Amino acid sequence: MAHLTYEESKKSASKIIIVLGIITISEVLFALLGKGYLKEGIEFHPVILGGVMIIMSIVKAYLIIFEFMHMKYEVPGLAKSVLLPTLLLVWGAIAFTWEGGDWLKRRDLIKTKNEQPVKDVKVGSVFDSATTRNVG
Amino acid sequence: MATVETAAHNDTHNQSEDSWSGGAQPFKASYGKLMMWYFLVSDAFTFAGFLISYGALRFSMATWPVPDFVFSTTPFNGHGLPLVFVTVMTFILLASSFTMVRAVQEGHQENKRGVVKWMILTIIGGLMFLGCQAWEWNKLIGEEHMTIKQDPFGTHTEAGIYLAGDGHDVKEGDTFKAGESYLIHKHDGEWAPLDYKVTEGANAGIVKSQTLGPKAFGALFFFITGFHGFHVFSGILIMLIVTVNAATGLYTKRKNGYEMIEKVGLYWHFVDLVWVFVFLLFYLL
Repeated sequence: MAHLTYEESKKSASKIIIVLGIITISEVLFALLGKGYLKEGIEFHPVILGGVMIIMSIVKAYLIIFEFMHMKYEVPGLAKSVLLPTLLLVWGAIAFTWEGGDWLKRRDLIKTKNEQPVKDVKVGSVFDSATTRNVG
Repeated sequence: MATVETAAHNDTHNQSEDSWSGGAQPFKASYGKLMMWYFLVSDAFTFAGFLISYGALRFSMATWPVPDFVFSTTPFNGHGLPLVFVTVMTFILLASSFTMVRAVQEGHQENKRGVVKWMILTIIGGLMFLGCQAWEWNKLIGEEHMTIKQDPFGTHTEAGIYLAGDGHDVKEGDTFKAGESYLIHKHDGEWAPLDYKVTEGANAGIVKSQTLGPKAFGALFFFITGFHGFHVFSGILIMLIVTVNAATGLYTKRKNGYEMIEKVGLYWHFVDLVWVFVFLLFYLL
């Protein structure tokens, strides 16, 4: 199954680990720079900050899966059967973080509604029990 | 030998006939290796479930502890060093992934001494990582009193000035901006939140007290890094077993290029892969 000679694969492993190390260091430096720890007054927009770091992490994941785990040298069917299902996770991540943002909005809404004074209490209306509880 | 001949045969001849006659390996990978891959897929979904719930809960909170404040201590009294310790941990795990790759390569060469040497280095890397994590947990639980139910790391939503010191890092008269995190200490077993006066915005002049941070933070941190740490721990146990097996010459007899090392290697790289995302979500973002 080896497509590289022993010497070649040894060299490639050293190369990949150095690249992974460099990406990790740049991620950390980018995070610290973007949040203003390294130099006063510099701050990146959170979307740029997050986006760049997510891309760098995905590159790291690619290198680990394809080089270290040898996915590159497996037949395409194996690679597809392992990698395609994980695309569902992209949907999951987007859907649930979106949902989380909505929970925040709902909670804020409930808070503001609770702080509003109760108006127009009609005796015997369907809202009676609810308004009584709020006033009480 | 029959397997090898059939597989070679399949390369050049009509596959559909021979695939059904048995002996052929699907995807040209052995049963064990293929099943390891599918186990890792299922494990990836488990971890993703945890990490996605972290994302959803984090987005649902008005404030979230700033990681550069929470994780800014190192052993030997290092203070105010954001991300330094966890970067060291990441490098330890990456290095152990590299030594694992080398062990697999020596296995393909049927070099028993090489396999055992690189496996021992990988195990040492794993133990070092677990040691770092133990230190970090001990710090958070023992000194900072974070539990799965209580999170002492809060975040200011308004700028202000402290009316008292806490006897640690905060002194009376220290000012802070909105978005800065703080740590509430315990005195005699009781939370001791500090009073502060708001200096900007609609509430300027009002005296307020620090509040505990979002509960979910502690639970998510301990469960997710704990689940990952448990993977590292079981990885070390499995590696110990296969290293002893390799040293006693069990895999030499199998003459399959130390495939067991390769399978354990897949698992170990996966643990490193998960850490990439734990590192991203908990520490970097």
